[in-house]
Amino acid sequence: MEKKFMKGCEAIAEAAVRGGCRFFAGYPITPQNEIPEYLSWRLPQVGGAFVQGESEVASINMVYGAAATGKRALTSSSGPGISLKAEGISYLASAQLPAVIVNISRGGPGLGSIQPAQSDYLQATKALGHGGFRAMVFAPATLQEAVDLTYNAWEYAERYRNPVMILMDGCLGAIMEEVEFPEMKELTADNVKEWCLDRIDGREDDHMITPILPEPLLEKLNIGKGMQYKMWEKLDTKVEEFMLEDAEYVVVAYGIAARVAKEAVLRLREEGCKIGMVRPITLYPFPKASLNNLDYTKVKGVIDIEMTIPAQMREDIELQVKDRCPVYEYGRSGGMLLDDDGVYEAIAKIVKGGE
Amino acid sequence: MITINSLMCKGCGYCIRFCPKHILEMGKERSAKGFFYPVNIDKDACTSCGICALMCPEAAIEVSDKEA
Amino acid sequence: MAEYKRPQSLKPMATPYCPGCLHALATRLVADVIDELQQSQNAINVVSVGCSALNLYTWKGDVIGAAHGRAPAVATGIKRCLPDRLVFTYQGDGDLAAIGLAEIMSAANRGENFTVIFANNQTYGMTGGQMAPTTLIGQKSTTTPFGRDPMTTGYPLKMCELMAVLEAPVFVARYALNSPKGVMDAKKGIRKAFELQMAGKGFTFIELLTNCPTNWGMGPIDTLEYMNTNTIPYFKPGIYKDKESEA
Repeated sequence: MEKKFMKGCEAIAEAAVRGGCRFFAGYPITPQNEIPEYLSWRLPQVGGAFVQGESEVASINMVYGAAATGKRALTSSSGPGISLKAEGISYLASAQLPAVIVNISRGGPGLGSIQPAQSDYLQATKALGHGGFRAMVFAPATLQEAVDLTYNAWEYAERYRNPVMILMDGCLGAIMEEVEFPEMKELTADNVKEWCLDRIDGREDDHMITPILPEPLLEKLNIGKGMQYKMWEKLDTKVEEFMLEDAEYVVVAYGIAARVAKEAVLRLREEGCKIGMVRPITLYPFPKASLNNLDYTKVKGVIDIEMTIPAQMREDIELQVKDRCPVYEYGRSGGMLLDDDGVYEAIAKIVKGGE
Repeated sequence: MITINSLMCKGCGYCIRFCPKHILEMGKERSAKGFFYPVNIDKDACTSCGICALMCPEAAIEVSDKEA
Repeated sequence: MAEYKRPQSLKPMATPYCPGCLHALATRLVADVIDELQQSQNAINVVSVGCSALNLYTWKGDVIGAAHGRAPAVATGIKRCLPDRLVFTYQGDGDLAAIGLAEIMSAANRGENFTVIFANNQTYGMTGGQMAPTTLIGQKSTTTPFGRDPMTTGYPLKMCELMAVLEAPVFVARYALNSPKGVMDAKKGIRKAFELQMAGKGFTFIELLTNCPTNWGMGPIDTLEYMNTNTIPYFKPGIYKDKESEA
């Protein structure tokens, strides 16, 4: 298959189109502007619609409307914009509508900075909106992985009738790498969902899509969703485990941080250190087993590397480590980037210094 | 002639207020929902103009130009 | 001589609206027109938050609940994906003229090919009668207990007038539902808006002046009189823009 050298944001935009996305609404915000820019000309080529919304609030609600028609809908933004989308994402969850939301994250809090950061982990995994719901969060570390995850994101969104988030940082959005694109998914009338507003299947009954429910039904929905989240954990957790067999120290990192951390792990291995890495690919469901099942008779420490301060994944790690060894953290924040030497030195200090 | 569905009616009285023949008035009986509802006191005078139905928020009044 | 049957686009049940609420009449008018145009299977009702949301329970046909103020954005997403469907939003004044001002102005300005049905009763009915962007000067509400004071709360927003200065909308009109003439005119206006949409002409906006007996603290008949003496002189009914006729 043909390989293409492409920028991260544009690669996931193309992957979305090939994954069947036919509607995009979004509002300009750095560092994700290449996604709407690309889709503004690409979607019309495949009979899709592109709308530049008047705000992130409007954009996510356009996606809500588009998703209700059964079309595959996408929006993208960065931290401050994702905060504004919180309302609409919660409504998607409530009305059980599938949609994909991309966050190309930047330094926070507040307007923060426009430089890359992994500062939206907690927002993505714990609180994408009010009311207590979860969404699957995919965190690619390479552009090929970003393409593959985006391409299949609607399969998850539709299977579970729930929003799905792709969480990347500004580094991955801006870098260029070689990527291979899968074939264009051909979605036919058979793909029309049994709950959607489309009547192309000739249905005569009426459909109501509602984000408000009578109390007993709402509780029932929430109970069902709770069971679904447990199921995701069993069926859909994705993780890369790297050199864990004999590891005495385990680095945990995702996305861009995992790429930098992997270099440090390899360097330390060359120096004879027994070190490995757990790289969550799904941040929600979090790969609990990979950390819970470590051999803590051997493991002396778990090191959380994130491009944010304070570390946000730490609580999830600690819940699995359960005080069986110390948990350390290292990061940069505010748009200051992780670098090979900095991460290597931080880990080496812990591993070699026995801290 | 008009038919008033007492189960839909909430007794707002708009039909009474706008009936050009003044032949509707609030009845003495309550509906199953507990509302007083209008009755036609002079069926022969009704011209089936439909203004009562036009003004009914609940679509509780149906009009037909045939005699019952 | 007239013949009138309850519209098929309403479920066979009493509405959840209070006695005399013109929201119910507004909904019924839309249902009447959709029946007349034989669009009950083709229409999509995008309801918003407030008493307008009660439409969710009585509308027979495809219906979707939008977030507060966001119905025009939701309708944009729907219409862009299903351009052959008859799409309309049903919104109240707090929803459309306060929290949803950005969405309504932008959808109108893009000339989205759907219809907005705007029920203006000058209050937040669902939440118990707080001041709305359309509450009249001097009108009492639970957050303007001494009457709306323009020095601190500004003036009632005239949405039709705002819509009419935009380039894209094709039909903008306001009707008062407190008299048979007003209701008949409103029905014609709704029909015209839907027909324009079905012909692919663009954005249409129908404002319906309604009441709130419960929160205005009046009997239903008295609200109609109040509308004559207070609401209508400020919110003047009429056609504010009719691009097709001008052309």
